[in-house]
Amino acid sequence: MSLTRILTSAVVALGMAGAAVAEDKTKVGFIYVGPIGDGGWTYEHDQGRLAVEEHFGDKVETVYQESVPEGADAERAITQMALQGADLIFTTSFGYMDSTINVASKFPDVKFEHATGFKTADNVSVYSARFYEGRAIQGHIAGKMTKSNVIGYIASFPIPEVIRGINAAYIHAKAVNPDVEFKVIWVYTWFDPPKEADAATALIDQGADVILQHTDSTAPQAAAEKAGVISFGQASDMSEYAPLPRVSSIIDNWAPYYVARTQAVIDGSWESTETWDGIAPGMVEIGEISDAVPEDIKAEALAMKDAIASGEYHPFTGPLNKQDGTPWLAEGEVADDGTLLGMDFYVEGLTAEIPQ
Amino acid sequence: MDLSSINPTLLLASLIVASTPILLAALGELVVERAGVLNLGVEGMMITGAICGFAIAVNTGSPFVGFIAAAMGGATLAFLFAILTQFTLANQVASGLALTLFGLGLSALLGQGYQGIKPPATASLDIPILSDLPVLGPILFSHDLMVYLALALVAAVWFVLNRTRAGLILRAVGENHGAAHALGYKVIRIRILAILFGGACAGLGGAYLSLVRVPQWTEGMTAGSGWIALALVVFASWKAGRVLLGAWLFGGISVLQLNLQAAGVAIPVEYLSMSPYLITILVLVIMSADKSRAPGSLGRTFHASD
Repeated sequence: MSLTRILTSAVVALGMAGAAVAEDKTKVGFIYVGPIGDGGWTYEHDQGRLAVEEHFGDKVETVYQESVPEGADAERAITQMALQGADLIFTTSFGYMDSTINVASKFPDVKFEHATGFKTADNVSVYSARFYEGRAIQGHIAGKMTKSNVIGYIASFPIPEVIRGINAAYIHAKAVNPDVEFKVIWVYTWFDPPKEADAATALIDQGADVILQHTDSTAPQAAAEKAGVISFGQASDMSEYAPLPRVSSIIDNWAPYYVARTQAVIDGSWESTETWDGIAPGMVEIGEISDAVPEDIKAEALAMKDAIASGEYHPFTGPLNKQDGTPWLAEGEVADDGTLLGMDFYVEGLTAEIPQ
Repeated sequence: MDLSSINPTLLLASLIVASTPILLAALGELVVERAGVLNLGVEGMMITGAICGFAIAVNTGSPFVGFIAAAMGGATLAFLFAILTQFTLANQVASGLALTLFGLGLSALLGQGYQGIKPPATASLDIPILSDLPVLGPILFSHDLMVYLALALVAAVWFVLNRTRAGLILRAVGENHGAAHALGYKVIRIRILAILFGGACAGLGGAYLSLVRVPQWTEGMTAGSGWIALALVVFASWKAGRVLLGAWLFGGISVLQLNLQAAGVAIPVEYLSMSPYLITILVLVIMSADKSRAPGSLGRTFHASD
């Protein structure tokens, strides 16, 4: 949020309050967990914001605040945005869930959209993408590409979203390479480049030759490049690191969703919804698979992408056991969304424990 | 659990790299506080140094020039603080906090267009023969120049503060600026020099992040290192040697806990994650059981009329 923007809105509020109402611009706010220049998660949300501006032109005004800590401060930031007259507010991180619900109860006329959460209200929708579909494909490539059979995974927080990603990647790496082993490091942050770089280095020091990440910066790519191992773009293409170490990527494309929801507010047709879209509608995209990946592996990965998009294949298809050996999915059985959304267990074969 | 997958040599080598940024920043702040000034803007000066060093290194192709620019960038920002607190007698705590916010914003502005660019590699100083030594080589003799500079700076700061007349004057200014003034020492001038030195050190620390440790430019990439450096100075009870120990301890445990996680050690990850903060503070608190205390005039505004 720039100073000029604060000043402008203050002027609007004070001097031209009547005119502003008459103008009837729809104001859309965004709360970001990192800086828009992170090159990953927040960067893609901001691309969605820019798409809203481009699509609606003068009809819409957008505001945003970067690097809002998850916790009490988030509530203050969201409240402030609502007080500034936002009609629709997107809060774009899991940790904003309770803050969003709290603020929403105080502003019944403002619409809220919380990314990756599960709590809704009359004026709170939740939306997320099925990143695990993308991670299954990355897992396949990772399993095929590793020579040391050690794959390093930089994980942020032990929430279902992240655990689901680890499981999806592991299942598909294991399917093509039975000897594969996952080493997971929890860094307890979404965005801390030095820490992410250190985590990547620690994994590489311990023999990993493929790095997967579920944190937002491109620092692990830089560390992988230095050590000559491969990695995958996370949330954004991160194509500046192609063809090596970045050999493919998962891209979050929020733009169509943001445009559609803004349209709904303008039309007055907005309702509280729960959206969880994947590769098929384009909310999850697979970035170009670089030439560093052999043709046949690339073809397999793309075939899997098509199968997931057409609904022919679900990344969590049995037979699958939980980590302790108890059966989870029978042969051919597909995991239901409820289990996936609350996933708090590793699948069989993953070592170490999930932090509780 | 597979502890054998942790290579102690690589661990110690990455410890030294991981601790260098906070070591540099904390060392600079140590001198500033010894002169009686509390500058809470370390984070802001670090991130400004990170982008100045990065931008200049990319444009000139020389990391060396980049580091010089980083020191100058950090010092320039510190000069702003010096003007505010030494001439206009602004509150040091508020000015320092403002400096951090300003530095974060300024660096984001300067950094437009530098995202996703690779900096020129900082050559590691492979000392012949020594760096080929089996275990000691990788740990001690295969780093870049900045690591050795940081270590030399620790020795220099210790020596100047404790063994030279200049150091004695600086400490006198920090302990009791009224008395130092009465003796004819230029309190303001000495403090400004200390503040500039602190800024230059913080700038170097920031550039070490963006040019060596990460290496790339991302907004907000210091992610709190400046605050850790500040805390380190207090817990090291304003002693150069303990700042080094604290930085190594913090960097070492940070790296170790990541390695332990990767090796699948059965300690809950939450404990591992907070261990660098806890252990560093604990060790330094135990060590500071002696009578050392903060400089007497720390954080107090000086004016010759007082």
